[in-house]
Amino acid sequence: MAKKLYNDPSPLETRILSARFGLENSESLTTYLAHDGFKAFRKAREMKPEQIIEEVKTSALRGRGGAGFPTGLKWSFVPRSSPKPKYIVINADESEPGTCKDRLLMEYDPHQMIEGILIAGLALDAHKGYLYIRGEYRYLIDHMDRAIAEAYAQGYLGKNILGTGFDFDLYTHSGAGAYECGEETALLDSLEGKRGIPRMKPPFPAVAGAWASPTLLNNVETFSAIPAIIRDGGAAFAALGTPKNGGTRLLCVSGHVNKPGVYEVPLGYPMLNFIEEIAGGIPGGKKLKAVIPGGSSCPILKADECDIPMDYDSLAKIGSMLGSGGMVVMDETTDMVKVALRIMRFYAHESCGWCIPCREGTTWLRKILQRFDDGGGRHEDVALLGELSKNMLGRTFCALGDAAAMPTISIVDKFADDFEKRLARDRQMVAV
Amino acid sequence: MAELVNLTINGQAVQAEKGTLLIEVARQNGIEIPAFCYYPGLTLQAACRMCLVEVEKTPKLQVGCTLPVADGMVVHTESDTVRQSRKGMIEFLLTNHPLDCPVCDKGGECELQDMTFRYGAGESRFTERKVHVDEQQWSPVVYFDAPRCILCYRCVRVCNEGIGVGALGVSNRGVISEIVPNRHDYLECDECGACIDICPVGALTSGSYRYQTRPWEMTHVGTICTHCGDGCRTTLGVRDDKIMRGNNRDSSGINGDFLCIKGRYAFDFVEHPERLQSPMLRNAAGEFEPISWSRAFATIAETFTAVKARGGKFGVVGSNHTTNEENYFLQKFARQGLGTKNIDHHRTGDLATFFDALSGKNAALATAGDLYTAKAVLVVGADLAQQHPLLSYQARANFRHHNAHIYAVTTGPVREDNQAIASVRVAAGGELAGVESLRDKLKAEGDLVIVFGDSIQGDGLRKLIAFGDSLGIPVKYVCLVDYSNSRGAFDMGLIPRDGGMSIQQMLAAKDLDVLWVVGANPLKNAALDSTNAFVIVQDLFMTETANHAHLVLPAASVYEKNGTVTNVCGEVQKLKQAVKVMGTKTDLEIMGSIAKEMNLNLGIWLPDKVFAEIRKTVHGYDVSLPVVDTGGAAPTMPLNGRVPALPGAIQSAGDTLFTSGSMSRYSKILNAVIESPGGLYGGKEPEVSAQSPTASGQMPGGTVQS
Repeated sequence: MAKKLYNDPSPLETRILSARFGLENSESLTTYLAHDGFKAFRKAREMKPEQIIEEVKTSALRGRGGAGFPTGLKWSFVPRSSPKPKYIVINADESEPGTCKDRLLMEYDPHQMIEGILIAGLALDAHKGYLYIRGEYRYLIDHMDRAIAEAYAQGYLGKNILGTGFDFDLYTHSGAGAYECGEETALLDSLEGKRGIPRMKPPFPAVAGAWASPTLLNNVETFSAIPAIIRDGGAAFAALGTPKNGGTRLLCVSGHVNKPGVYEVPLGYPMLNFIEEIAGGIPGGKKLKAVIPGGSSCPILKADECDIPMDYDSLAKIGSMLGSGGMVVMDETTDMVKVALRIMRFYAHESCGWCIPCREGTTWLRKILQRFDDGGGRHEDVALLGELSKNMLGRTFCALGDAAAMPTISIVDKFADDFEKRLARDRQMVAV
Repeated sequence: MAELVNLTINGQAVQAEKGTLLIEVARQNGIEIPAFCYYPGLTLQAACRMCLVEVEKTPKLQVGCTLPVADGMVVHTESDTVRQSRKGMIEFLLTNHPLDCPVCDKGGECELQDMTFRYGAGESRFTERKVHVDEQQWSPVVYFDAPRCILCYRCVRVCNEGIGVGALGVSNRGVISEIVPNRHDYLECDECGACIDICPVGALTSGSYRYQTRPWEMTHVGTICTHCGDGCRTTLGVRDDKIMRGNNRDSSGINGDFLCIKGRYAFDFVEHPERLQSPMLRNAAGEFEPISWSRAFATIAETFTAVKARGGKFGVVGSNHTTNEENYFLQKFARQGLGTKNIDHHRTGDLATFFDALSGKNAALATAGDLYTAKAVLVVGADLAQQHPLLSYQARANFRHHNAHIYAVTTGPVREDNQAIASVRVAAGGELAGVESLRDKLKAEGDLVIVFGDSIQGDGLRKLIAFGDSLGIPVKYVCLVDYSNSRGAFDMGLIPRDGGMSIQQMLAAKDLDVLWVVGANPLKNAALDSTNAFVIVQDLFMTETANHAHLVLPAASVYEKNGTVTNVCGEVQKLKQAVKVMGTKTDLEIMGSIAKEMNLNLGIWLPDKVFAEIRKTVHGYDVSLPVVDTGGAAPTMPLNGRVPALPGAIQSAGDTLFTSGSMSRYSKILNAVIESPGGLYGGKEPEVSAQSPTASGQMPGGTVQS
């Protein structure tokens, strides 16, 4: 039975990772095998580990979780010769607001990711993998358990996979509802059964990760890209994108667009074209006001900043990030005070509380924004919001503090008018 | 020698060992990098962000408490950016802090106050509603006021890492993160109060101290805890001749940061209403009536002189809580003044065999510090966490900081099991076989400290030492004894040598004429067979023995006197008088006065004078005076000559963490902890003693003499 997709695909997409989305029984191993499944694994097992890593480097694949770290480089950091067991951990704690691609990759094509994991196992001499799925994706844990059982049953997981002598076990692990556990070291603590708080780095997980052993952590989408890279070659994948930004990405577009959804496009795809042509433009012919390009942690872009190609480096150049691919489009009617409040409510709720500036700062900012939104704003609050955010930025233990500070700083800087308008309205109401 | 690196801090050229943490290097050079969560000896957190400093060529501020120094590093700890950052952190911290400093116990010695004063802003920009949580009581001694908490996690770490209990954790997240006890709303733990002491703010407060005084109203008297034999320094906060609290605020003793519940709280027996405050003589009707000190001295002098003159039989029982000076004076009094060899104390470890077997090998005596530095520690037949918490703490710290190998050969589970590389469970009496089974492992160690309890005595003790000798590695020993001056009592000669009678023999002698008991309770579980013996007791309370006496003298406790004590490892430390209890006299003054009354010339009975004599005459006690005088621990060297076997029994009192012989009956805190839920954490259940004769109501607690 063909699974109904959450959104209709666009003809303008370049469907590599999502090639099998919408096929009948796309989540089954049988379908996967009928459509290029495990070709890459068969190829990889003939390759030397260094060749696999080299191929990934050539592909210019960058981590799809948000930070955009070159994947091949990350793989090369894991000491293959370590006497300790090496672990592969798949970050499926997809929690960045606006992001909903990993669930589709798992829901529609779980075996593509499993194949990617197995290839990483070959490259790193790792034999155990943990799929850390956010607790809210309860149905996906069952779904993945079924997929894993199917792979075991047909010899694609477990002992002596496909007669290669290579063993690999894969387990699902449920998160418990903490955004913080998407941070790789907090995820590892959580995986080990501890309270999910970030760890000090160094040591980095590549050296001492899960159970103090060398650990490779990558996002679902990153692993899902591996089969295509190995199958068709790193160069082919790289060529899809822009220099140093290889391949395609699944972008999740929401907000004021006619066709919200997840679309796969090559890196470097022009943002305005994406909004207009793929996402169907803004409803009611309204004007674009702002875009959160890659999840709520990213500094917000004003409409006049949006005429850029969407790749890691172009967005970094204008002070934002491609992040996790969660794009939120806002039209001219959007009240940025409400946007800032909504974002900060999230971060105040999700701050793990470990370090002072994030724990206290996010809640303070939320309270100011709430009061502002409730009509109790003061002129000095606008500057205070910016200053407090700057007191957090770069000074917190992990990136969550930055993730809360950056959008706030950008909103206050770029949309000060919205705050002033509110103050004027509040004054009018008092006058009446 | 580790590699040295050169760096610059605030323009000052500094040299340091490579890899040292920047915050430590700064401190060594007189530069303060402020921090809440950083605490030497505990794991790093990097949570409070107060120690952020500027390091040239790095884009962001760097965390001073986790940053190892490297060659060529240029650090600024007082730049505008750094100051601004600290100001921001303090501002964040104070947003939800109640600022109830005027009534907070910590006011005046609060790190948050100090930091705010130094680095904070003049006024707060926070105008929102603060998060409030009601105060909670977690145990008789631990209260928690969450809003004051700054979440530095020091308490969590000291409990988990330092004490080895792990009774504290964190619940919730974000701004409502909160420290929580292990039993949801109460604590099951050692009740040591380390969490309270280490708390930089007033979030964790002490059940006995809270809302009692302002810190600056107290004088602080550093003395030695009078309970177990470990010899921890406790600093008593005294106001108006009342001990308000005990802690280790200056970390100056051998215990550094450590104190157990007894050292921190069990000073309250001092002001127990049942303290004896007047000499009492049994009248014709057999009832006690108060008499004057002069009449008491005259009566004793008269009795002693008469019994001595007719060649009667004396029995003298000393204490393992009284000072070296008192013990020395008592045995001198007995031997020279009364002409008797019948002198003993409650012996809790076989020191006689121990000293004899190790004769001439002073280097084989371990100090409390050795347990922290040895490559390996072997615990035989002892539950250190219960009976010698400092030694347990030291071994644990050694494990954490130096990866020391800990071995345990015990009859039951002990806390050392958690660190042990090998734990051997044996039936009682099987300890030596258990030790033997570790031979190959121990041989491979660099050096070893063997700590053993009272199950190792006599031949067994000689065998243990022969075993140690056969390992071919340097081995040191600790022979465990129970109380604060058990070791000193032995060293000073409160022992039935040269044919004297042991306690058991004294009690069994039907012709005993005088039983003189100084600070001990031999009749707790035994009877006095002589019906004619005149019994004199010097004690703090109406013990079973005192109740049997003809004459009872109210003695001062250790917290009310000067002098020295010797801990379980043979280290001499100085006591300092904290308070005075009306009507009491120190045992030294009592004995001196009796001697004077008898016209005996036993020398001046001032602690310093007696200590001078001890240094001259007692084997191994010619210790460094400056070390002792400045509050240090001076190791004694008693191993020089054969020690003959002594008659009488040797048995540990088997106290737990929450009992301390008969003294613990009079500590409200210890009793409260025992009765509270969770109070019997991980220990043997103390028997509930029979109602003490003069006590009103049931008194749980110690079951043994001391």
